[in-house]
Amino acid sequence: MAAGIEIDHIPGSSRKAAFRRLTAIMRKEFLHIQRDPRTLLIIFILPIVMMLLFGYAVRLDVKNISLAVADRDNSAESRQLIRAFEQSGYYHITRVEHGDWDAHDIFLSGEAVAVLSVPVDYGRSLSEASPRPVQFMTDAAESNTATIAAQYAQQIVLQHTLATWDSMGLGHGRSGVGIRSVILFNPELESTFNIVPGLVAVLFMMACALLTSVTIVREKETGTLEQILVSPVNVGEIIIGKVLPYVILSSLLGILVVVFSMHHFHVPFEGRPVELALFSLVYLLCALSFGILISTKARTMQVALMIALISTMLPSVMLSGFIFPIASMPAPIQLITRLVPARYYLVIIRGIMLKGATMSDLQEPLIALGIFAFVVLTVSVKRFRASLE
Amino acid sequence: MTAETRWAVETHALTKRFGDFTAVDNVDLQVHKGEIFGFLGANGAGKTTTIRILCGLLRATSGQASVSGVNIMRHPEKVKPLLGYMSQKFSLYDDLRVIDNMIFFGGVYGLKWKPLKQRIDHVSGEIGLHHLLNRQVRGLPTGWKQRIALACAILHDPAIVFLDEPTGGVDPVSRRQFWDLIYGVADTGKTVFVTTHYMDEAEYCHRVAIMYQGRIVSCDTPHTIKAQSGDPTLEDAFIRLVSDRIRQEV
Amino acid sequence: MAQKPVDILAVGLQKQYGDIRALQGIDLSVTHGERFGLIGPDGAGKTTLIRVLCGLIRQDKGTFQVAGLDGMRSIRTIKSILGYMPQKFSLYPDLTVGENLRFFADLFHVIGAQRQSREERLLHFSRLGPFWKRRAGALSGGMKQKLALSCALIHTPAILILDEPTTGVDPVSRREFWEILRELSDRDGTTILVSTPYMDEATRCHRVGFMNEGRLLATDTPDNLIHGYPYRVIQVHGENLFPFRKALETIPGVRSVCALGEYLRVSTEKTDAVVHAIGDRLTHAGATGFRIRTVAPLLEDMFVNLLESGRVS
Repeated sequence: MAAGIEIDHIPGSSRKAAFRRLTAIMRKEFLHIQRDPRTLLIIFILPIVMMLLFGYAVRLDVKNISLAVADRDNSAESRQLIRAFEQSGYYHITRVEHGDWDAHDIFLSGEAVAVLSVPVDYGRSLSEASPRPVQFMTDAAESNTATIAAQYAQQIVLQHTLATWDSMGLGHGRSGVGIRSVILFNPELESTFNIVPGLVAVLFMMACALLTSVTIVREKETGTLEQILVSPVNVGEIIIGKVLPYVILSSLLGILVVVFSMHHFHVPFEGRPVELALFSLVYLLCALSFGILISTKARTMQVALMIALISTMLPSVMLSGFIFPIASMPAPIQLITRLVPARYYLVIIRGIMLKGATMSDLQEPLIALGIFAFVVLTVSVKRFRASLE
Repeated sequence: MTAETRWAVETHALTKRFGDFTAVDNVDLQVHKGEIFGFLGANGAGKTTTIRILCGLLRATSGQASVSGVNIMRHPEKVKPLLGYMSQKFSLYDDLRVIDNMIFFGGVYGLKWKPLKQRIDHVSGEIGLHHLLNRQVRGLPTGWKQRIALACAILHDPAIVFLDEPTGGVDPVSRRQFWDLIYGVADTGKTVFVTTHYMDEAEYCHRVAIMYQGRIVSCDTPHTIKAQSGDPTLEDAFIRLVSDRIRQEV
Repeated sequence: MAQKPVDILAVGLQKQYGDIRALQGIDLSVTHGERFGLIGPDGAGKTTLIRVLCGLIRQDKGTFQVAGLDGMRSIRTIKSILGYMPQKFSLYPDLTVGENLRFFADLFHVIGAQRQSREERLLHFSRLGPFWKRRAGALSGGMKQKLALSCALIHTPAILILDEPTTGVDPVSRREFWEILRELSDRDGTTILVSTPYMDEATRCHRVGFMNEGRLLATDTPDNLIHGYPYRVIQVHGENLFPFRKALETIPGVRSVCALGEYLRVSTEKTDAVVHAIGDRLTHAGATGFRIRTVAPLLEDMFVNLLESGRVS
């Protein structure tokens, strides 16, 4: 007999014990969240504030654009056109002149951000094959507003021309005016519809990558990780036990955001919720793996927070197509966006919610996300094991 | 303002509260000039808070305190040049050389270049650092870092030096050598105010104050404290004093 | 007499971090029911050795066994019978005393009635009962220490490894803590390996290992170590003796003179002659009112001696 201790049964080897350990870690994690309500506040309040902010204040569709008008024609048709602008709801007319003036001064004084100039003989030329063009100028200091204002103006002028022709009994087949753009899926161009999916993408990244890394690093910092590593618990149990509470929380939150947006902003949900839930899990796995990876690098919670913000949150907001369309980015940046998982997830969630897309439509982003999840998870678990040494 | 006084440190009913927690509770202390005064107690007993008040880093809630005859409640800034402070963590710049650290700390105290060079030379001799001056601090053994920190603390020739747990985690040989240096410093007329939680180390001091839960339980020479309680070691005496205090409270 | 089984056995353990050789070949054996103290300064390698034995880090060379189980192959089994208390307070400060205990009970699969009875027992000895609902972060240093020990003991480990458990704790709590350790090994037969920077704690162990710079310099009972001290200690008591220290160093036969408050401690090879010489020199130098006597060496004297002889060679 070499040892004074008889080991008849090894505690901790049974499956039941493993389950007990897992639930113990999860339970403890929920206690931490409960004890430090700041975490809870961040994950619950922030997305709601963001949604309200984007839903009301930061509308990407533009209303009440201040407009100054130079009506040199002063005909019935020109007045009709001006009324059309007024009635569209997008413009707020600050001034109407009939003579000549410098648009530059108007922009400088801030009196208006757009100027509509109706040429002499506009009304008469409408009955001709090619009517005289109206001029529309915008102050592109605020480029987003400017672009959208110009788009609306085009629509209004086109509509007005067509309507005039209709009233004159002239056919639609007239030259040059065959274009009629049709906007599908989000006909009102409501930006809330785009914001909500983006918000879910960012939210998952935040709850999983950021909070996961912080919670693991906190245990490193307090030394408790070492304490529990000297128990029968294994690395897998620690990771799953610590991460699962955040998966549950962020899933609940995701559902909350989607349901809230459907009711409050009337965001449509065309596709199948089950599919969205399943695909979201793949994305969550990506986010979690990033979180674990960060936790292996960071020694303090502050560092973890910084890395998580810079490497996961910011790209998810800036480079995913959430706020800035990828197609209008320079080519090198477009390449970088391919490394942002939120990019693929946005295609998936927008597709399912707004278009009713199904799995067969979403193969490409799904495969991309799957590869991401697999690679990052493998690397991060390996690193995590190594970092414990 | 620096009226002649026999006390290096004197406090009356010094109290510091953080919220409803009283960290320092009515402390009366009198430290003789030129003595090695030991300040004993566990972590959280209030030692560091007291030292921080005496160094002008923290304002007391009530009570009086003076260091080298300067009232620190009224003139906290005037106290600072008169004292040297060596923290538990040796607060040295790891990436700098020993001499750079000394030049920096001398500069902080406003020493001009020429006298600074003389002081560095003098103090290095006293502490035996000459051979290390051009070495980077990082990588030096703890015992040496401790000496360098002491050198930086006495560079501006302060009247009193506060040493906060100077020997934590040092091997016994280095510890004995360090105490030799402390005796040397005291021998040049400086007052040494040293905190420690090693009870055996308190035997090195001329007089000690034992602090427990913000209060001074006893203040005398180690010999007298032991003789009064009839215990063989200061630790036994400490335990007896503290237990008495607990019993009184109950 | 039957040989007691060896619970912790290390053979030639080595560990290197970059340039720092934290362990330079450690051989160690701790028998069943023994309280073994690892004494040494910061950076001696105590923590590294303990972390290797707990399976937290892997040694570069050498082998070890815990309870007869191979440290490399059976580390998970070892962990389930081992209790470990790290140097830093490593419990969850935002969780209550009860929640911390329960968490560790779950980790070690201590459940049901068993958990209840053990919790009761641990609360009894630690006297933490009234603080069951207090958050661990709000406990005093001594209570934190006892809670950490309770958590390490929840699965009644056969072997307990503690890394500097009493550093910075007040002497009252320190004494209580050692009383608990003594009961654990003497009454329950728990094998204890404990590291400490305090020399006086070493005397509370059955056996002591002096550690420095990654090596075990000596391993023996405290008594044997003190008896092995090759010199005599003469103590001079009096006021302001420090200035006379140098005068004594040159007396033939004196190894070292160390100032200790009101004392000068002189290590010598011979006694009688030196006692006389000390008296003469002190009187000659002008000292008055001193007393000279020979005293028993301390464990610290032995450690200093080992360190110094190590440094010379």
